[in-house]
This record gives sequence, C-alpha cells and structure tokens, in this order.
Amino acid sequence: MSKGRLRWRKFVSNFMLAMTGVCAFVSVLVLFFILGYLLFNGGTSINWDFFTKLPKPVGEAGGGMANAIVGSGKILLLASLMGVPIGFLGGIYLAEFSGKGMASVVRYAADLLNGVPSIVIGIFAYSLVVLPFKHFSALAGAFALGIMMIPITLRSTEEFLKNVPRMLREAAMALGASKWKTIVTVIVPAAYRGIMTAILLALARVAGETAPLLFTAFGNRFESHGWSQPTATLPVMIYTYAVSPYDDWHRQAWAAGLVLLGLVLIINILARTILSRGIAVPRS
Amino acid sequence: MQASAKPEFSVNIVTNLTTPASRETSAALPMRMTITKLNFSYGPKQILFDINMGIADKKVTALIGPSGCGKSTLLRTLNRMYETVSTSRLEGEILLDGQDILAQDVTALRRRVGMVFQRPNPFPKSIFDNVAYGPRINGYKGSLADTVEKSLRHAALWDEVKDHLHKSAYELSGGQQQRLCIARALAVEPEVLLMDEPCSALDPISTAKIEELMVELKNLTTIAIVTHNMQQAARVSDFTAFLLTGQIIEFSPTPHLFTTPSDPRTEAYITGRFG
Amino acid sequence: MATTTTTLKGAGPVSGSRSFFLKLRDGDEIARLVTLVFATTVVLITAALVWELWVNSALPRQKFGFHFFVTSVWDPIMDQFGALPFIYGTMVTSAVALLVAVPLGIGAAIFLAELAPPRVSDTLQFFIDLLAAVPSVIYGLLGVFIVVPLMRTVIYPALNKPFGYLPIFKGPSYGVGFMTAGIVLAIMVIPYIISVSREVLLSVPRDQREAALALGSTRWESTWKVVVPFAKTGIMGSIFLALARALGETMAVTMVIGNTPKIAASLFAPGYSIAAVIANEFTEATGDLYLQSLIALGLVLFLLTFILNGLARILIVLTTQKGSEVGG
Repeated sequence: MSKGRLRWRKFVSNFMLAMTGVCAFVSVLVLFFILGYLLFNGGTSINWDFFTKLPKPVGEAGGGMANAIVGSGKILLLASLMGVPIGFLGGIYLAEFSGKGMASVVRYAADLLNGVPSIVIGIFAYSLVVLPFKHFSALAGAFALGIMMIPITLRSTEEFLKNVPRMLREAAMALGASKWKTIVTVIVPAAYRGIMTAILLALARVAGETAPLLFTAFGNRFESHGWSQPTATLPVMIYTYAVSPYDDWHRQAWAAGLVLLGLVLIINILARTILSRGIAVPRS
Repeated sequence: MQASAKPEFSVNIVTNLTTPASRETSAALPMRMTITKLNFSYGPKQILFDINMGIADKKVTALIGPSGCGKSTLLRTLNRMYETVSTSRLEGEILLDGQDILAQDVTALRRRVGMVFQRPNPFPKSIFDNVAYGPRINGYKGSLADTVEKSLRHAALWDEVKDHLHKSAYELSGGQQQRLCIARALAVEPEVLLMDEPCSALDPISTAKIEELMVELKNLTTIAIVTHNMQQAARVSDFTAFLLTGQIIEFSPTPHLFTTPSDPRTEAYITGRFG
Repeated sequence: MATTTTTLKGAGPVSGSRSFFLKLRDGDEIARLVTLVFATTVVLITAALVWELWVNSALPRQKFGFHFFVTSVWDPIMDQFGALPFIYGTMVTSAVALLVAVPLGIGAAIFLAELAPPRVSDTLQFFIDLLAAVPSVIYGLLGVFIVVPLMRTVIYPALNKPFGYLPIFKGPSYGVGFMTAGIVLAIMVIPYIISVSREVLLSVPRDQREAALALGSTRWESTWKVVVPFAKTGIMGSIFLALARALGETMAVTMVIGNTPKIAASLFAPGYSIAAVIANEFTEATGDLYLQSLIALGLVLFLLTFILNGLARILIVLTTQKGSEVGG
C-alpha cells in the first residue's frame, strides 16, 4: 500500500470523473448544436411567404408551406379530440373505479401501446381507416396520432389523480357529495395541472411524428378541405424536401425544421416549467 | 464561525485519562486520537461546540447521549466522512497518532480509520469479494484468501460462512451481514474502528454476539462506538463520553461515569429521566 | 380498489333488472360504466392492432413460411420477399448506436448522479429531456446535411486508410450507410440511457457509497466498483429501452442509411432497416403479397420491441426493489 500507488489511484479517479463530465456536457451540447444549426440555416429562410403561400410546382423556387402548417394543425386537433378523452376517462376509471385485475390489464395494454414503433401504428391506422375508405385522409392521420396520445394521457391521469390527498376526497364525501361529483368538482381540479402537463407533452411528441403519417395522411401539394382528403403536414414536408435534389427545397426544409422544432420545444418547456411547478413530470 | 447560541455552563471534562488504578501512579494512558477545540456545523447550523476528548489506544470508547446530541456527527469527523456533505464546516484539530488528519490525504486516512454503519450495508458481491474489496483496491500483494479468512475469524463469522464464500452477501441474515461488514472493515487492518450504532438494526441475539466481539476486537484495534443503548455502553466500553446538544458534558472511565457521575445532567440521563 | 356505493332509499329487495335500472339512476354507477367503456377501448385498440398485423400478413406467412426470415432476396418484381437484409440492417445500425451511446450515456449519468451538485444535475437533465423530445425527422435533417458529409470527408478517411483491410471498414463510402445511421441513432438514444441510468444511480442507498469510501476508496473507485454494480440491472434496463427505441426508429434512419436491401460486411456500405423499408415502399407496394410482406415486417418489429420493452421494465423494477433488500 505505497504512496505511489495512492497517487496513481487518485489520478485515475480525477481523470475518470472528469471524463464523465465531458460525456455529460457533450450530450447537452448536441441540443444546442441542433438548435444553433437550425436557427442558422432555417432562420434565413423563414419569411412571410413560408407561412402563407402554397408549395410551388416541383423545380420552381419559392412558395411556402401554408397547407402543411394548416394540415398539421387540423390533424393534431382531431388527434387530441380522439386520444385525450379516451386516455383521460380511462385514467379516471383506473384511479377511481377499477378493481385490481382490470386495472393491470388496462395498464399493460397502455404500456404495450406506448412501446409500439410509430410506423407500426401507421400500418394499423392504414388497415383500419385507409383501406376501407380506399383513400388517404386527414382522419387516418389523426387516428394514428390519437392512438399515440392515449398511453401517456392515461398513465398520467391515473398517476395524478391517485396523488390527490385523501383529505380532499374525504372532505367532499363527508359533505355528502357522491363519488362522481367528488371526482368532477374536487379531485380532477386538484390534479388538473399535472394532467394538462402530460397532455401537452403527449401533443408535443406526436406533433413531430412523421412515420405514421406517411401512409395515412400521405401528403398534398395543395390545400385539403375537410377530413377525408390526403393532407400535407409539416414533418412529412420536411422529409420530402430534405431527400429531394433541389436546393430551394432544402432551404425550405430547414425553415420548416426550425418551425417544427421551435413548436415542439416551446410546448415541452411550457409544460415542464410553467405548468408543473412542484409536480414530477413524466418522462416520455 | 459564529458561536451561535452556545450554552453558557461549564463542562466537566477529564482530558487526561487515568484509570482508577493508575491514578495513584498518575500515569496517563496513550491516546490513539485526540480531538481539540472541535467546532462543527452543517451550513448555518452548528452541531458540535468546543469538543475536547481523546480515544484511548486499544480500548473501547463509547459516545452516548439523547437523539440529536451530535454523537454520530462527532464520530463521523474522525474519518472525515462528513466531507460527503458539501455544506459541512469543521474547525479545530483532530490528531491520529499525533498527525493532523485534516492535513492528510483523506483516502489514506480512511484506510487507517475504518467504519461500521448503523444498518448492515454489504456490497452486491459475494461474501469473499466483500471482505477482499478493501485489500484489493489498496493493492494488497499477499494472499487474499488468507486475509479474508483472518478477517472473518476476527469477526466471529468464519465458521458460519467458510463453505459459502462465493454466495451473495445478501443471503446472510441481518446479524451475519453486520459481522460481514465488520470483517470487511477489519480486512484493511485499521488502527481505529468507528462503529455507528452497529446493533440498532439487529435482534438481541445478534446484538449480544457483536458485543462479545467488540470486547475481543479491542486487542486488535482501537474502537470508538456510538450507541443509544446505555446498558450496551456500560457493558462493552472502557471510557464513555456523554454528549448533550453538541457538547461533551462528561468524559470519564465507564465504571465511574455510570456509578458516580460527576455532572447532574449525566446522572439524569443515565437514570432515564430524559432521552 | 374502489367499490361503488349505491344508496337505495327505502328498504326491501328488488328484482334483477329493476335493480340495474335503479343503480343506473345513481350517478356513480353511470360514471363507472362510462369510464369503464373508455378504459376497455384502450384494451380493444391494442388487441385490434395485434390482430390487424397478424391477419394482414397472412400471405407471406402462407407462401414463404419460416423462410421469410432467412431469405435475403427482396425482389418485388419477381414477387420474392425475404426479410433478412432488413433484420440485418436493423441489428447492425442498432449495434453501432449502442456501441457509441452506452459509454457516453453511462458516463454522463454517472456525472449527473454522483458528481454534479443537485441543481446542475437537474438543469442538465432538463436539457437532456428536451433532447429526447426532438422529432426524428429533425435528426434526419441533420443527418443528411451534416453527418453524411462528415462521414465522407472525415470519418471514412480516418477509419478506412489505416484499417481498410478489416471487413467492417472495407470498400468505398457514399456518406450514407450503416455507420452513418448508427451514429445518428446513437445521438437519438443517448437521452434515454442517461435519464434512466441517472434515476437508477440516484436510487442506490447512500451508505453503499459511504461504506466504500470508509474503506479508503477513491471517489471513482466507490462509484465504479460499488455504486454502478449495485445499479447494474437498472442500467441494463435503460440499454434495453434504448435498443427498443433504436429498432423502431424510422425517419432518421431512412434518410441516411442508403435504402439498399443488401447485406454487406462493411459498415460504410448502404443498407436498409425494417422501419425504413416500410416507410419507403409502403405506398408504392403493388399487389397484396408485396404489401403484406411489408406488414409482416411490421409485425416482426412489433414483436422485437415488445419483448425488449418488457424485459427493460422488469429490469428497472428489479433494481429499485434491490435498494430495500440491503440490510437483511
């Protein structure tokens, strides 16, 4: 047990610990690098046209992604309308009404659904909504994204409802409120912030999804009206433009990437900081 | 450091320890460790006030006192374990064999001053690897098997585990795990062994076994033990320090402190009037 | 967990169907039924998904049987479909991804759990969570315009010149290929490894580390030889999770893998993954056999991720339970 050996051990210790610090900072740096690159490349291409004009024919410069932005908005809205109620009410069932057996089955199904690769969800939506109607549609896209929102919404709702202190429930029931009244007027409002956070995070996650839209909403060079037409969406446009051979399209892809990432990050930061002060935030 | 809210009374401390027998010859016992004017705080809260005492060589010294009096904190200054908390601040001098432990390398110090914790905490390794851990990282060149056997014998665990050395440490009972932790600490041949309420998580039989052990171990290494069990302190220790709100109220040979305590507060504590 | 309470005013037995309707008037029972319906929907959707995948991949199952998994020919014109090139590509890119991401991720997790002060650790974790939220197509964008040129100009020469005799580094590089996809995947899965490993490391009981330090370990020794082994199962779980993510990853891989259904030893060669071929060829698939073969590939992907996710969950639960086992 010599002095030299001790010096070596201490050197190794300091070196390895420094290396772990390097790993951590490199990992975080990637985020800033992505942001920086997008800002640089995309920032210059964002202009009023981008938000208001439709895409120009292939090969022509100019135009914008107005239809994709609207399309994404439509699909996300419908997806939320489909997925959130199922997740939310299902979560209420798990937290307030269910027996142990049913609860584990539902939870297991939700966890399973959560782990399914998004492209497989796309296949499912295709067989259920595209095949029977024989065309691509915004509805199909919304269906796929809606399914993806269910597991997070369900688990988080259950989690946050369960965390509401017993005192609150008992106080309401002691005043003669029935169970469902207690849930609606006391428990859900108490858990509201956590649940909103989770829904926003779920929304941010599906907002960036491309794969399930590839053969559900598909895409469109023009505006699409209603819900049963193929619809352009921001992520799919980015993909299409990025792999194309046209420089102008590349430029637009950067701009769209910046918009998409900005949207996703803002929702995430909003959900994680403002809404969830003091609440443990679910990891995606 | 501000001496915040420091109590105003004077303290009875016997710093120059003499056993009743040697009082006649006025020969002082050798101190393995001495603590002088120790003040300790976590952030703004001061825990220990002006501690002066010693740990006698090859004897068992017990620290007793009610919950929150600072006895564990005091113990943990002796191997600088408090340094894992970033807000801790220490003032004063602690010597091991005459050398200031604060000036030494902390890794080297901890090999010389070992620790057994309140709850058994064996590593997720085999029984053998648990005991061999210390020697291995210190680059021990001799026979690990011999060292492991020796340590397990000292901890009175060898016979129970000698045919199962490669089993996981978690398969042992609580009392056995604690003796394993003792063996693990002994394997690096520490000069002082600190024990922080080592029996508080154990059943009475395991406790009795470990108390027997302590009496034998002091021939091997100096022991300092924190315990909330006064009878235990009376049974196993040679010297006892009684602490109250971060100060040493009395520090004297165990028989003296328990039969004729010099301070009324000591008497109140040991007769169970508080704590 | 909860039982409904129905208060019937007025005593006396009621017959079967009447009691049902009486119960229905009670709001609680309605609420229970309504939420039950939605909860059941979740289960039904999951079951339907598996069902649809199975049923719609019947043709290749009938025609090729087990050979589907070991044939490396993918020829839509001749109606020959073999899954091997895609399974190979998926495996190779995931392996490269893990090789890069695991050391980096565990290193970062160690830093965050053991070294960084709590506020720094939480801040950095926040940024890493944001990294996990970046959409796949954005990684693809960066892959196409940054990693691909980087591969061509820097990485390929650096590896091919000195090591070109090794089969994995042989041959030319077009920038796209297995290694490029693997690198992009690595960046995408690092946040998962870091998040889970960090949590698992933080849950290791304090006195494990203190016991190691008390024996005279250096900080690195106590971390690497005691804390990390204690959390080993959970860290394995995080790696399985990362692998499951990598397997299912579609867009970023499609954009940089080269989309060539060939098995090649060289990491610089272009290839294909299961998710990528589905993404690229689904809408162009002519004929039922073609389409259903792609769906069969989707089923394979589903099963792989299903198993991995299940294992990961078990491993992570096992570690957090372990913390309470210590101490007899």
